[in-house]
Amino acid sequence: MTITKFYNEMADAQGEIRPQYGEFAAWLSSMPDDRLARKRAEADTLFHRFGITFAVYGEDTGVERLIPFDIIPRIITAAEWSTMSAGLSQRVQALNAFVHDVYHDQAIIKAGRIPAEDVLNNAQYRPEMQGVEVAQNVYAHIAGVDVVRAGEGEFYVLEDNLRVPSGVSYMLEDRRMMMRLFPEVFSRNRVAPVDHYPNLLLDTLRSVAPMALDDPTVVVMTPGAYNSAYFEHAFLAQQMGVELVEGQDLFVKDEQVFMRTTRGPKRVDVIYRRIDDDFLDPLAFRKDSMLGVAGLLSAYRAGKVTLCNAIGSGVADDKSIYPHVPEMIRFYLGEEPILNNVPTYRCRDASELSYVLANLGELVVKEVHGAGGYGMLVGPTSSKQEIEAFRARLVESPERYIAQPTLALSACPTFVESGVAPRHIDLRPFVLSGKEVRMAPGGLTRVALREGSLVVNSSQGGGTKDTWVLEA
Amino acid sequence: MLSRTADHLFWMARYMERAENLARMLEVNYRMALLPQSRAEADDQWVALLKIMSLDEHFRERHGAVTPDAVLRYMIFDDANPSSIRSCLRATRENAHAVRGTLTSELWETTNACWLKMRSFTPVAMEETGIDAFFEWVKYRSHLSRGVTIGTMLQDESLRFIRLGTFLERADNTARILDVKYQTLVSEDEGEGGSADYYRWSALLHSVSAFEVYRKVYRDMITPLQVAELLILDVDMPRSLARCLKEVAANIAAVGNGRSAETRRRAGQLEASLRFGRIEDVMARGLHTFLDEFMDSIYDLGGRIADDFLIPTNH
Repeated sequence: MTITKFYNEMADAQGEIRPQYGEFAAWLSSMPDDRLARKRAEADTLFHRFGITFAVYGEDTGVERLIPFDIIPRIITAAEWSTMSAGLSQRVQALNAFVHDVYHDQAIIKAGRIPAEDVLNNAQYRPEMQGVEVAQNVYAHIAGVDVVRAGEGEFYVLEDNLRVPSGVSYMLEDRRMMMRLFPEVFSRNRVAPVDHYPNLLLDTLRSVAPMALDDPTVVVMTPGAYNSAYFEHAFLAQQMGVELVEGQDLFVKDEQVFMRTTRGPKRVDVIYRRIDDDFLDPLAFRKDSMLGVAGLLSAYRAGKVTLCNAIGSGVADDKSIYPHVPEMIRFYLGEEPILNNVPTYRCRDASELSYVLANLGELVVKEVHGAGGYGMLVGPTSSKQEIEAFRARLVESPERYIAQPTLALSACPTFVESGVAPRHIDLRPFVLSGKEVRMAPGGLTRVALREGSLVVNSSQGGGTKDTWVLEA
Repeated sequence: MLSRTADHLFWMARYMERAENLARMLEVNYRMALLPQSRAEADDQWVALLKIMSLDEHFRERHGAVTPDAVLRYMIFDDANPSSIRSCLRATRENAHAVRGTLTSELWETTNACWLKMRSFTPVAMEETGIDAFFEWVKYRSHLSRGVTIGTMLQDESLRFIRLGTFLERADNTARILDVKYQTLVSEDEGEGGSADYYRWSALLHSVSAFEVYRKVYRDMITPLQVAELLILDVDMPRSLARCLKEVAANIAAVGNGRSAETRRRAGQLEASLRFGRIEDVMARGLHTFLDEFMDSIYDLGGRIADDFLIPTNH
């Protein structure tokens, strides 16, 4: 099944071009086809030459692929962004307050607003973090919040990514590429700039240094050059002007973290780590981790180093916690949520389970702890057998699943083999929290290049677009 | 800077320089092979080249008999040969990739583009374009990489370790070229200054971009003694051993830390011996012996640099 009714970003139901796309659509229709084709080929060459690629696991080392880049931008109006950014800021503040609460008084649980088992039985809950103080009480310094537009055009938050969200380098490079290929379109549109993001990031990281140091040493920590997101790690370190370190470059002595330099050890204060909790410290977590630093957790708990994001932030971005986010906003901030949550049925609840079982053909069912589009059922596109097989799993262990209505994601015109056609998109804005909450306007727009597909992940044939927030 | 970063920069520069010098060495052999001589004489030159690279056994295991075509393929394309031009350019790129954030974007893009282009070369395609054009391309890429390095990199430690890698490698490679060629040329000359071998000597000079330089410095016939003097002792000659050691010593001094005093002393001593050396004394000891000892000293310096700066320690 393909979803035929969806919000088209460029044109309304009558086929009229929306005002924000007016200038761009006029420019696009004035461009000869062969010039566009040439520019698209040029973009590919440039991405290759710059080495803006992601590594592919399980193939020969050194195999690198491009993430397809589409030259038609996704355009957001000033008014839409103003609402969305307020909603994102609100949401991330509540999430940070929640993580702090979980690792301290657990007031929200005591108040009966969120069931204790949803929090404490969560695989991402880290008892090691109980009672640990972190700078500015911030846990998710960098949050990637996935937002989609559905129905008549309203925005929904699909997922909060609070561990090591990636993709921001594509946001920056897509803009750079667009400006290089088509400088003329930027003179006809007032597009809010995004390239100050690395400055915001560095400022955020410095603002959460331990013991309020004046001139903290910040580093980016990568699993290494063969990691699929290595380009981004190197890119961010370079743009911020800080060292890109691997676990082998760091050591802990007297609960202080040092890096090995050509002039001897140098103290490290803030680590923007792009490596999962499990691999951070072989003494505390996975013993077989070759990527981590022995003793890092003890230095962290002693308050001698700041990890961004904090260990244990994942307790707040799990699918079983997601339905509670609106309640967190009310509880911690005393405000009504600005952004919509997708209605979510928690199958551990008997009445919700019976609704889900009765409507499997209409719903998306996801594993609570799953990620990356694995282990899920998309009811409308599944066969009877697939649905029945899933029903059996649901009945057997309902607590492992949640269900949501199938959203008709909005679509944006995109270059595909047959020409320009609508393809479904999402948006990942990057929200930075330190002394204050800030973000670059827009985010990364991912597009599902296969017709009818709702899966935008790059590992499953997704591409990216430049994302414009128009200035008022 | 991180020790690991310094290590990658150092080796990135070494492999690029090695690729260039390989191209130079192969080119001079290729040119000399075109001069009138017996087949056996020509093949001997390829054997000598493999020997000086300590690759003769590895080559025979993989390819058997030495023929010019087989050696060229082995030295240019063979992934199993860690010293092939292809392997060197890959290693250059991999080292750059590991520290791409430390490089200027121009330097990274140049290095990456070089490897992407190298990947597209095949032996068959090369027969059409001509192998000369390929050697020119390798040298050009190395010039480009060096120019971008000097033209865009901040003059800080990163640049020092890159330059250290370049000149240490070049010192080693010039010594090897000289060692392998000088012996055969002198023995063929049956004495110094045989005019029939003008072409061979000039090919050797060309291989280190020293032909015009020689003319300018000596305004004289090409004599083996003066060739040796130019390539070993002339500090103004950019590929001479004296120049390389001057750069190596200066860069070691510039990055000096609490552990590197002895390395600095040894580099300075070697530099001084070249600066104040006389070619007659070198020849009296025997050129081959001299070069052999020189290459040992370079190897020693490389090891000491690794211990002092590049290998992580907790102290």
